[in-house]
Amino acid sequence: MCLAIPTRVIEVLNEFEAIVELSGVRKTVSIALVEDVQVGDFVILHVGHALAKLNVEEAKKTLELMAEAGLAVNPEQV
Amino acid sequence: MKYVDEFRDGDLAQGIARAIHAEVQAGRRYAFMEFCGGHTHAIARYGIPDLLPEGVRMIHGPGCPVCVLPIGRIDLAIHLALERGVILCTYGDTLRVPASNGLTLMRARARGGDIRMIYSTEDALKIARDNPQREVVFLAIGFETTTPPTAVALLAAEREGLGNFSVLCCHVLTPPAIAHILDSAGSGEAAMLDGFVGPAHVSAVIGSAPYEPFAAGYQKPVVIAGFEPLDVMQAILMLVRQVNSGRHEVENEYTRAVTREGNRRAQAMVAECMELRDSFEWRGLGRVPRSALKLRERFAAFDAEVRYALSYQPVADHKGCECGAILRGVRAPVDCKLFGTVCTPDSPVGACMVSSEGSCAAFYTYGRHRNTE
Repeated sequence: MCLAIPTRVIEVLNEFEAIVELSGVRKTVSIALVEDVQVGDFVILHVGHALAKLNVEEAKKTLELMAEAGLAVNPEQV
Repeated sequence: MKYVDEFRDGDLAQGIARAIHAEVQAGRRYAFMEFCGGHTHAIARYGIPDLLPEGVRMIHGPGCPVCVLPIGRIDLAIHLALERGVILCTYGDTLRVPASNGLTLMRARARGGDIRMIYSTEDALKIARDNPQREVVFLAIGFETTTPPTAVALLAAEREGLGNFSVLCCHVLTPPAIAHILDSAGSGEAAMLDGFVGPAHVSAVIGSAPYEPFAAGYQKPVVIAGFEPLDVMQAILMLVRQVNSGRHEVENEYTRAVTREGNRRAQAMVAECMELRDSFEWRGLGRVPRSALKLRERFAAFDAEVRYALSYQPVADHKGCECGAILRGVRAPVDCKLFGTVCTPDSPVGACMVSSEGSCAAFYTYGRHRNTE
């Protein structure tokens, strides 16, 4: 129910609506809940509404932390 | 899919699994509850239990809105569709939740009810605009993630003066449900837990701050996690580290979407339209005080409970169904004698078998041939 997916904004229509794209599929969605949505932003989409902007920098940092967690352990030890 | 596929990488998952194995202390048991159905689904779908050490056990929580919606609430919606002749709109999963007299919303539709599945609240508004001679009710369910879209619809309906639109509000709140489980664990009615994998998109809306009082008060660590398998693995690693070092803090693994303060605009819109109910009945948890929302007086014209003078009647669940105990984490789906026999995703008896994120449906779909002890 709370599932939501990151989609890329390709056109901001007005204060309330934008067109987003995911794997080639385009859809008009509501951006009423998020401030300052710009073309190129990734927004997290839930039941037709953008809920939050995805922080691209933080996504990168999280992936680095995940990689570090694995590298810190020598596979031979486990 | 960008920002999805990266968080499903098998090699990274193996690395995190090695780190978890290295950190767990021999002989120590770690019981963590993933509150959200989204996490339950990811854990079952990606086989995460097979990557975890024996001492780490994941317990499924009640964070599945369809699963915790009591029969009496669905009965109200069926009443509106069959007896009051409204167009009833709702999200897909709700259609198959078992209600009284062997009915579901789907079966009520077969009996002539005008019941429509929608993807977005915007669809419900459009149906109301397109059918000015009919009354349209949106059966609104869901946690804090799904509540803001309902608020957007209410504000739009008010702005447009959409007089034939109303909302049957069944929105529920996450923090009171977690607190209730921790209280019940103290009295033996719910599972004993060492920590929580905290909600992903609920937290994107409410932020991480609301979990701080009970992480401190109940001394249980909370790690907010995204819904992809690597997010869940990383959160488990962070929980193990907290338990090992005796910490009980709110940590945030899902920083790409969750901040401490959350989505202020969404919170303000919800607060404008809705206020706390004194108490609300949850399937499995019973009546939980201040755990759900109702519409404010200002929106009385759009409140289906006021408009149709509805009164909620509690209805007992199926006698053989263990959904209640499963939602409190004291039973597993396989402990239920209906599981996989009379109760399947095609023909669910209990609500946990309805939604793909219900514990029973997730386990039936992905895990029922796994060897469990």
